[in-house]
Amino acid sequence: MYGWGILKGLGVTLKHFVETFWDDLRWLGKRYFNEEALAVRQGTKARGIFTVQYPEEKLTLPEEFRTIPFLVYELDEHGEKQYRCTACGICSKVCPPQCIWIQRSTDPETGRPVPSPIEFSIDIDMCMNCGFCAEFCPFDAIKMDHDFELSSYDRQATHIYNKEQLSKPVSYYASIRPTNYAREEEARAAKAKSKAEKATG
Amino acid sequence: MQSGAEGACVIQGTGHGMSEPSKQIIHDAVETLTSRFTDSVKPDERQGYSGLLVDPQKLVEFATVLRDELGYDYLSSVTGVDYLPDGMMEVVYHAYRTAGGAALVFKAQTPREDAVVPSLVPIYPGADLQEREAWDLFGIHFAEHPDLRRILTWEGFHGHPLRKDWKEAYFEEDAKPFDIRWPDGKAIRVEDSTQYRKNVSYPSEFTLDGWVPEGDTLLYAGMGDVQASDGNGDDIATDTIIVNLGPQHPSTHGVFRMVAELDGETIVDLKPVMGYLHRNHEKIGERNTFLMNMPFTDRLDYICSMGNNFGYALAVEQLMGIRPPERAEYIRVMMAELTRILNHIWAIGFLLNDLGAYFTPALYVIKERELILDIFEAVSGSRMMCNYFRFGGVARDLPEGVIEKVHDLVYERLPRHLDELDAYLVQNEIVRARLIDVGVLPAEQAIAYSAAGPVLRASGVPYDVRRADPYSIYDRFDFDVAMRPNGDSYDRFLIRLDEAHQSLRILRQVLRDIPEGEIQTGKPRHQVRVPAGESYGRVENPKGELGYYVVSNGTPNPWRYHVRATSFINLSALGEMCKGHKVADVVAILGSLDIVLGEVDR
Repeated sequence: MYGWGILKGLGVTLKHFVETFWDDLRWLGKRYFNEEALAVRQGTKARGIFTVQYPEEKLTLPEEFRTIPFLVYELDEHGEKQYRCTACGICSKVCPPQCIWIQRSTDPETGRPVPSPIEFSIDIDMCMNCGFCAEFCPFDAIKMDHDFELSSYDRQATHIYNKEQLSKPVSYYASIRPTNYAREEEARAAKAKSKAEKATG
Repeated sequence: MQSGAEGACVIQGTGHGMSEPSKQIIHDAVETLTSRFTDSVKPDERQGYSGLLVDPQKLVEFATVLRDELGYDYLSSVTGVDYLPDGMMEVVYHAYRTAGGAALVFKAQTPREDAVVPSLVPIYPGADLQEREAWDLFGIHFAEHPDLRRILTWEGFHGHPLRKDWKEAYFEEDAKPFDIRWPDGKAIRVEDSTQYRKNVSYPSEFTLDGWVPEGDTLLYAGMGDVQASDGNGDDIATDTIIVNLGPQHPSTHGVFRMVAELDGETIVDLKPVMGYLHRNHEKIGERNTFLMNMPFTDRLDYICSMGNNFGYALAVEQLMGIRPPERAEYIRVMMAELTRILNHIWAIGFLLNDLGAYFTPALYVIKERELILDIFEAVSGSRMMCNYFRFGGVARDLPEGVIEKVHDLVYERLPRHLDELDAYLVQNEIVRARLIDVGVLPAEQAIAYSAAGPVLRASGVPYDVRRADPYSIYDRFDFDVAMRPNGDSYDRFLIRLDEAHQSLRILRQVLRDIPEGEIQTGKPRHQVRVPAGESYGRVENPKGELGYYVVSNGTPNPWRYHVRATSFINLSALGEMCKGHKVADVVAILGSLDIVLGEVDR
């Protein structure tokens, strides 16, 4: 029968339409603003409309999610920031758009380089969020952030982030990437141990 | 569903080590050609190179023999290489047999200044756009080319940007990494600072005031005389008119223009105009180190970034002579096949958009696509710009829960969705009326125009790189090469459903067989050593054959980095397909080709 194909197709549309309302009923009005419902709505078993009510609702980000890089620091006993970065320059060399600038410290007396950055800047307009800097950093000093709300009003003045703006505590890193953090801490501990053994033995 | 089980006729052969029959065929062809053209054809004996060097004088004759007597009927890639130190331009051709097997590579060398090579368009019409590209970017003149105009840059452009001595605006240094970044890097906004800030150069006599876009005049003139005809035997005289579709139009899927000559509402001739999104991807690639190119490949066909990564990784791995470990191979195939499903349902959704079914079908498929993107995000950190493949492996192992999620998708969600699409659209009378017998591309023409992927297979040519010249571990999987016989838009629509089903089949085998183990050969390195030589890595990307031609001279940066962009070459046949149809059909035909402008314009 001519037109049967169209009717059958409209049946599919109708099914989607009904499913959305049915799913609303199933959650008894709690389909939105509800963690549990959001997980279902975004999962492989989802039925009906699947939109997220941003910004009230936000997607759960997977651990590997990446936006722009940040510098990891630890607080020492005096409350000073101790950066893990040694200004080795690998991140700035591997960066595809070349958006990382590093100024290495020098010893004022000898004039020899010191393994620490005086200034560390990233032009976040150029950054392509590829994650190479974090991937190839041998000191776990630079990591990719989860914060994706980066808009600002003034591009010219504010989009080159300096060391201060890029700094985030190691506790923040542990909170956004717990599995990676645990694995890296284990490796760092093992390395420190074998170094200590070498030094004493 | 009819799928061609054409696997039996196919010969194995891959860049990673050709099988014996394939080697034999290439060997025989080389023997025949070198004995036939004793003085003008010789093997390319440079270290790391292969193929034949052909005297440009004999090129046309050579190509005719190659196509007609030896069966190399499919010219995949044409590109130039600027060997500046040798003062020489080289045009590199990769030809294949549609029966399967490895490439026969041949090259024509010409002096850098006044570079001229005869055009192969009369023998392989698919060389048309690619030769125009080589003219545009390298300044290699193709004698006897029917329409040698600039294609990716604008017609007022001065110079040929892929020549090694050409410097772009904001040029900093010849190769990355740049010295001013470390160890004394004081941040600056690069666009404010470089001495080359305004190094856009124009021809000497050029002034912007009073500039007439000559290219357009030429283009329109090339469309045939706009003059009175005697109508259809009636007394009323009619003119043909020229109409621009695009560049700003939703049906063009991006910034793309079609110049159509119309007789009434019927297309007499149609030419694609592109380059609005051109960013000279290849020049950027030659300044980059090998690894740096990986995230840039994501941005070619941004729907299928995993597939783009795959091709580039293969090309460089061939040069380095490494292979990824087993688990990484399976992960790669898993990602590539998920990409294929994602791309095909997306293409179907947007084809329906083009037909006027605004956004209901598109949103249904986007919903499923989001679930696949969730997987990409979990493994790579990004939904679309995945940057997941590395030379000799992948960036990281699959995080917990991913296999289970892929399992759910492959066994439940996606098959159900494909069946739903089937019920929803395949028998729909409007879809059938708009697509059947529209934009027919016969098999011979599809091959001649170097069409690839679903476009080629919907024209009745069962050519799939995964079968014809298997790469990675595709020789292990049991799947059919989907094929449809009619070559019309409806077949190009159906074949995408067929292929998605085949991808599900491959994915089931991947999930069954994926081993535990390493995901990277050797230690991950940020600075890879790539021996001098050339390689051509090609994969069956969802949109068709995606190839990377990479030349290394042993330095950290590739000397030449070329992308054989499927979407771009598939447009070669657009004009032919549209002739005789109505304006509204052009939109449907373009939709059924499935192009992405990020890849067309590079």
